[in-house]
Amino acid sequence: MAAFGSFALLIALALAAYNLFAGAVGLRMLAVGGPNSQAWRVSPERLAETARRAGIAGFVAVTAAAFALVWSVFHNDFSIEYIVEHSNRALPAPYKFAALWSGQEGSLLLWAWLLATYGFVLRLTHKADVTLHAYAGTILAAVQVFFLVLINFVAPPFSLVRGGGIPDDGNGLNPLLQYPEMVIHPPMLYLGYVGFTVPFAFALGALMMRYPGERWIRITRRWTMFTWLFLTIGVFLGMHWAYAVLGWGGYWGWDPVENASLMPWLTGTAFLHSVMMQEKRGMMKSWNVWLIFSTFMLSILGTLLTRAGLVSSVHAFAQSSIGTWFVWFLVIILAVCTFTYILQRDHLKSEHHLESLVSRESSFLFNNLILLAACFTILWGTLFPVLSEYVDGTKKTVSGAYYSHIAVPIGVFLLFLTGVGPLLAWRASSFKSLRKNFILPLIVFWVAALAFLASGLKPWADEGVFYSIVTWSLAAAVATAILSEFVRGAGVLHRQTGRNYLSSTVLLVRRSTRRYGGYVVHLGIVIIFIGFAGYAFNRSAEKEMAPGDKLQIGPYTLVNLGNTQESNANYDTEFSQLDVFENGKKVLSQPMAPEKRVYLVNGQPQTMVANHSTMRWDLYVVFEGTNPDTGMPIIKAFLNPLVMWIWVGLAVTVFGTLLALVPSLAPGAAQTATKGEKPVLAVAGGAD
Amino acid sequence: MRFPQVNPRSTPLKRLALALAVAAAVMIGSGATDPAARFNDLGHKMMCTCGCAQVLLECNHVGCTVSGGMRDELSNQIAGGQNDSLILQSFVQRYGATVLAAPTTQGFDLVAWIMPFAVSLLALIGTIYLVRHWAKQQPRLATATPRNDQEAREQDELRQRIRRETGIDGGL
Repeated sequence: MAAFGSFALLIALALAAYNLFAGAVGLRMLAVGGPNSQAWRVSPERLAETARRAGIAGFVAVTAAAFALVWSVFHNDFSIEYIVEHSNRALPAPYKFAALWSGQEGSLLLWAWLLATYGFVLRLTHKADVTLHAYAGTILAAVQVFFLVLINFVAPPFSLVRGGGIPDDGNGLNPLLQYPEMVIHPPMLYLGYVGFTVPFAFALGALMMRYPGERWIRITRRWTMFTWLFLTIGVFLGMHWAYAVLGWGGYWGWDPVENASLMPWLTGTAFLHSVMMQEKRGMMKSWNVWLIFSTFMLSILGTLLTRAGLVSSVHAFAQSSIGTWFVWFLVIILAVCTFTYILQRDHLKSEHHLESLVSRESSFLFNNLILLAACFTILWGTLFPVLSEYVDGTKKTVSGAYYSHIAVPIGVFLLFLTGVGPLLAWRASSFKSLRKNFILPLIVFWVAALAFLASGLKPWADEGVFYSIVTWSLAAAVATAILSEFVRGAGVLHRQTGRNYLSSTVLLVRRSTRRYGGYVVHLGIVIIFIGFAGYAFNRSAEKEMAPGDKLQIGPYTLVNLGNTQESNANYDTEFSQLDVFENGKKVLSQPMAPEKRVYLVNGQPQTMVANHSTMRWDLYVVFEGTNPDTGMPIIKAFLNPLVMWIWVGLAVTVFGTLLALVPSLAPGAAQTATKGEKPVLAVAGGAD
Repeated sequence: MRFPQVNPRSTPLKRLALALAVAAAVMIGSGATDPAARFNDLGHKMMCTCGCAQVLLECNHVGCTVSGGMRDELSNQIAGGQNDSLILQSFVQRYGATVLAAPTTQGFDLVAWIMPFAVSLLALIGTIYLVRHWAKQQPRLATATPRNDQEAREQDELRQRIRRETGIDGGL
């Protein structure tokens, strides 16, 4: 199977190279050909079509290679070095899948396979705009060539074990990855990272061919939103995994790899907002092009940061020469983007300019500014250890202590803009409409702030408390602003159509799914921020607990029923069983069982946290280890307020994004739904 | 007793900025004083040096031979009456600069703190300048300015109806 996989990868590289070459030549012939195109022996259209078909065949070849690796993992083929390093016989079946992305070679293969899959879909849907798709397909092929060169010659996943014969068993999967979410978190994240290649390819292709109008944005909008959705889910699954597995009581540690996933998310979010200005008013064309270029480059930079060993990270793979390849790839992308931009910049002239500081357009601009400021802050913090080592010879540490001072104020301001933006009108907002839209949220903000002060919270005592109060008050105001948009719209429809409020709300949303889906996403973000703000009130207690001992945290009393040791083929485990009481009353029917595992194949330990989660707080219990002197377990309990809100907020955000992806009711249907009202305008085209 | 008069030239934005500055000054000025709070505060300003890349008080992996000793050392120094600055300095001397969880506010480290705010501020000023410049360049709108409230209300309603029926304002 190793030979089959290697051969499939070589074929895939040849096909991607042909796709790139034939596509580039065909498009060049089309661009310069004109009447002379008759002179060519092969028509450019035919050449471009062969390139497209090569791209489709490339998908089959990369799929075959990925299948070969997975098949080899499941059949314990320890003649392949990668499988020896990342799997073993006792590894449960779902984690054998995870072996595909648990090492550098496998994760590069996953990247190539996802890119081939995206390319496959793109090439199948080429009839939407044949020339633009040909440009995008050729650019995708260029990216694919880079990754296939890497996995063919630099980090081949099918390398055979050298010397000493074939081992009987492998070293096993990293214990931190042996958790259910690890089966879906990396693919989601990769779907996001790799997915941004598609809007990047369309943007660069549209710029190269001087695509007329903004239709390319409509074509790529769903691609971008799907990609953003995958990246969002991937980032949050990673947070949940860190929370459930690392056992330090938090969900975000500002690790360089976490930062690397957040940076393209921030620029991608900025793009999703500012691209609306281009669609609706023909503005910000250069800005948008550079936003999507930056998003793609940040995806590559993230890979470079972690694989080159530039910055230390708990996620990072061992330092290798692969970083140099990524540096050169990044330099080439930057050069191509800059050259194309300089050559075609006159094509990106705005049709309109901003007319007022108080307008929807300027709120998008400020939203972009804040998102990019957050992105810069994270990039700066991630790279500062390298810079400080270069400047004064000492590699400084930049941890959460730094980001909480810098990134939190930026995040709070972003939350503020989340509420303000949708309340402003396009072009300019009058004072009257400002007063009308803002009065209620403003009242809610101050009522909430005063209520928090009255409840005994002291913002002057602690920075965290200050930001929490501001965040919760803002969240209340922003939620009010969003909900009032629904109520106002539904009220108008109720009066016009006589439908009840629920039915009117449904109709309202169906008429403009993108707009109201967007509001739901904003509501999800508000809920997530409410959860984040709970972090300031985390508390913990730690105790060595013999059977019968009690540990008090907040209103909860944990009583140790006993400590147990067990073994299976994969790991040894130690765990305590703890009954939980609140005010003397038993809370859970089953005891909590925090656990510490030691994997037999490599002797590596792993924490399995026991968590009792409610909307109010999480009772999060960790088996820290055993005191070697007494043999008794050390139990650490955390009381983490509002964590559940983060996961609920994610679900709302996902729902909102899916809603925004649903096509709106056609104008005709929307008008039919409004009985007896004569339309003032009849405009073709959808609401989006 | 006379309260200071409100400066008529002070805009709501300026007043908000002033209030935020006062709040920030109060927060920065208030430092932890009791030993437990100081232990918690200082323990979160340092990293465990065993290579786990975790904050000292959050290092939780089994068999860490470093964090326990560092915590004891921190407790002893607090109990010994050392101030926060001296405690941090002694840890830096012993474990190197990487023991600090965040850059200091001296030398090149200061750049780490200043740069994000400086870049954000410059970008903000640049954006405001650009928007104002564009707004000044805009030709007067061809549409007539509403003469009274009734006309303004009618125009608002018409605009809303156009938005509803065409979905032109379909985005956020």
